[in-house]
Amino acid sequence: MTDESGPYETHAHDVLVIGAGGAGLRAAIEAAAAGASVGLVCKSLLGKAHTVMAEGGIAAALGNVAAQDTWQTHFRDTMLGGKMLNNWRMAQLHAQEAPERVRELERWGAVFDRTRDGRILQRPFGGHTHPRLAHVGDRTGLEMIRTLQDRAVASGISVYMECTTTDLLTDGGRITGAFGYWRTTGDVVVFPAKAVILATGGIGRAYQITSNSWEYSGDGLALAYRAGAQLIDMEFVQFHPTGMVWPPGVRGLLVTEAVRGEGGILRNRDGERFMWTYLPDDRRHEYAESDEEASRWVEALSAGNPTDARRPPELSTRDNVARAIYTEVREARGSEHGGVFLDISYLPPDHVRRKLPSMYEQFKELADVDITAGPMEVGPTTHYVMGGVRVDAETGASTAPGLFAVGEVSGGMHGANRLGGNSLSDLLVFGQRAGAAAAALAAETTAVPDPDPAVLRQAEADLAAPFDRPRGEDPYRIHAELQATMQSLVGIFRTSADLELAIEQLAGLQARWEGIGVSGSRAYNPGWNLAFELQSMLICSEAVARSALQRTESRGAHARLDYPDADPKWAGRNSAVALDGDAMRVTAEPLLEMPAELRSLITS
Amino acid sequence: MPNARSFTFRHFQVFRGTAETDGEMVRYTVPVGDGMVVLDALHWIQANQAPDLAVRWNCKAAKCGSCGAEVNGRPSLTCKTRLSDLPEHEPIRVEPMRTFPLIKDLVTDVSWNFDVNRSIVPFTPPVDAPDEAWRWKQEDVERVQEFRKCIECFLCQDVCHVLRNHETKSPFMGPRFLVRVAGLELHPMDRADRTKYLRDEGGIGYCNITKCCTEVCPEHIKITDNAIIPLKERVADTYYDPVQVAWRWLTRRRPAGDQPAGHSGD
Repeated sequence: MTDESGPYETHAHDVLVIGAGGAGLRAAIEAAAAGASVGLVCKSLLGKAHTVMAEGGIAAALGNVAAQDTWQTHFRDTMLGGKMLNNWRMAQLHAQEAPERVRELERWGAVFDRTRDGRILQRPFGGHTHPRLAHVGDRTGLEMIRTLQDRAVASGISVYMECTTTDLLTDGGRITGAFGYWRTTGDVVVFPAKAVILATGGIGRAYQITSNSWEYSGDGLALAYRAGAQLIDMEFVQFHPTGMVWPPGVRGLLVTEAVRGEGGILRNRDGERFMWTYLPDDRRHEYAESDEEASRWVEALSAGNPTDARRPPELSTRDNVARAIYTEVREARGSEHGGVFLDISYLPPDHVRRKLPSMYEQFKELADVDITAGPMEVGPTTHYVMGGVRVDAETGASTAPGLFAVGEVSGGMHGANRLGGNSLSDLLVFGQRAGAAAAALAAETTAVPDPDPAVLRQAEADLAAPFDRPRGEDPYRIHAELQATMQSLVGIFRTSADLELAIEQLAGLQARWEGIGVSGSRAYNPGWNLAFELQSMLICSEAVARSALQRTESRGAHARLDYPDADPKWAGRNSAVALDGDAMRVTAEPLLEMPAELRSLITS
Repeated sequence: MPNARSFTFRHFQVFRGTAETDGEMVRYTVPVGDGMVVLDALHWIQANQAPDLAVRWNCKAAKCGSCGAEVNGRPSLTCKTRLSDLPEHEPIRVEPMRTFPLIKDLVTDVSWNFDVNRSIVPFTPPVDAPDEAWRWKQEDVERVQEFRKCIECFLCQDVCHVLRNHETKSPFMGPRFLVRVAGLELHPMDRADRTKYLRDEGGIGYCNITKCCTEVCPEHIKITDNAIIPLKERVADTYYDPVQVAWRWLTRRRPAGDQPAGHSGD
């Protein structure tokens, strides 16, 4: 499998998976089970991918807590949460298959929290009609990644850790592998493959305030775009309503939605429970009518009893809660450090510590706040990109032959706004599907991928170029300016003027990026690593800004101050971004037509 | 990053070097604001003074376990070590985990841990167990859940004197993987027996229960009391309990998984 005869270290596989979070691991496991030789490349150590930070749970209509829950209800919630822009077929497959994927995880060793009768416990979350999230306290992502990691290692998958992929290799438009370098040494490495699955996550590092780790530089989106694949829905960036706001070093760090799922109440500086005033009229009937009804709901939940009370207003969808908090702060009703208050301290301390152990630790150790004794200060943080590589629902195949995408790097599943808990289930459902499809494609591919040496030499030259300019542009400075642009001009509320200015500033940063310079050796050099990642972030940022400018309406996570209402003209359109010559082209494309029987599930 | 309204300066001594060079402690002065942690300071140094300073990190939320280093000599996650908790009038020393081979600056080669992990028999449930068998009481899974909290920061491996003094060459798997085995052995549906593995390849006998691992665990897992000691008892019951040994001698039975003498290929 290893060919050292060429000038480059080479590892050939049937299926190459790039990214080792939940989606990449699940895809790798499935492809290996189908008999493919699988390579798994990741920028960090195995088990450190962003999935490990997921807290609240995995959404699946198991019906363990609410017996009346069905895939149809989950489908409906997902489409309504996504403001109907979702790829309906993805939302359907996701709702239908998530329960089996969760049970499978348990069969592989995951230990979820239990109901009183011993089954997998499910908790409520924003936008979900019923308690639906299988979870382990507030460290569900850790449980998921460890289970998948152990399963993958036992499946004999070859893992290439701390390795950055900088180029996809193509032959006549078809993907034939990847090129990258070891972060520890800086030496380059080639991965010929019959099929490549992108599972690289999102773009949060393009923003100043984010819950995302450094890995989230949009590499997979940029790789796909550069290889000719289409991206969709890039204007839809999810700002999670609750990130930490103080101290400065932890600004943006996630405060799980499970705090609200367990009964957390949002208040402004005047003590007002402001979410009552932000519920959208067409959904108001799904929420409690008064503090009293909301309290009854929390009491029943805490005791594990059924109730006819409706859920509290804090469990509105993320786009709505984030805008509400932002508005409270902007209108001078915020907290001392520019957030609002989230309070769970009215519940018994033991209960809070058991349900939210890592939140308890996080606030105690990083902010000197005891969440069992007083409120947290929270504010919106860049969390997730709904947009991504356009894929076929059944297989995860992108528009570039041989290239698949799964998880956050793919687009369509979540439409204009993702519901909490639907990400972990997305990773499992479509990881499984893409892994099977990629293995099948590899099995029917007889041609052996044979990378063109000239292409490899060019990729290596591009990678090394910043070392020729030790006094060139500082990657850290370009990154800081990029983050400032995206944060201030392409944030929660947008206008034409801001977006046009952002596109202009991004072009300036792109020009400076061409002259970027680094010093030191190639071994574990973070400045050099950042230089490549900036290219990805610049491409993704431009795609977000241009798509946002094109959509002259407000819908889901995309809010325009100059177009504050939803526009029926845009209800039937996805934005699409593709490389056209050397330029980025943005278009609007019609939604896939939804069958009548599914449409009736939503309108009923 | 430091809050512009109020900051002071603090001195750091950060290890710089590679496997090929001796390395040295380099002094940096960093503006320090409210609530800053060691990793914030390292990021400030990267962005302003040493763009090639090697630091391994990911989540900056104490959830991924990537940023372990020795701060003032103590194995710590740099993302949750607050500067205000360190002695004010002396420089803050930041060094790589010493148990593992150095790659560069604060980054070490921890691949040995992944090799050990691969040698452990994975979760092995019974085939075709009915759904009813997968129903467990919350009280019954809480012990397992404690072990599954591990974020694999390897600080326990770093502080363990058995590994530290023998540079991971001794046949001792270390506390992290004893925790993993404990999580498997106590899983209600696991059917594999790892007792022989623990005694031989795992080298559980090397641990003399000094509890240093428990002290550094950022997840507060009671590694020694809840994982290692029960596993030691299990090994002792199987191999050293005189009643069991006599019974096996009389019946010529061996512990599950044990090979006849002379045939153990490991």
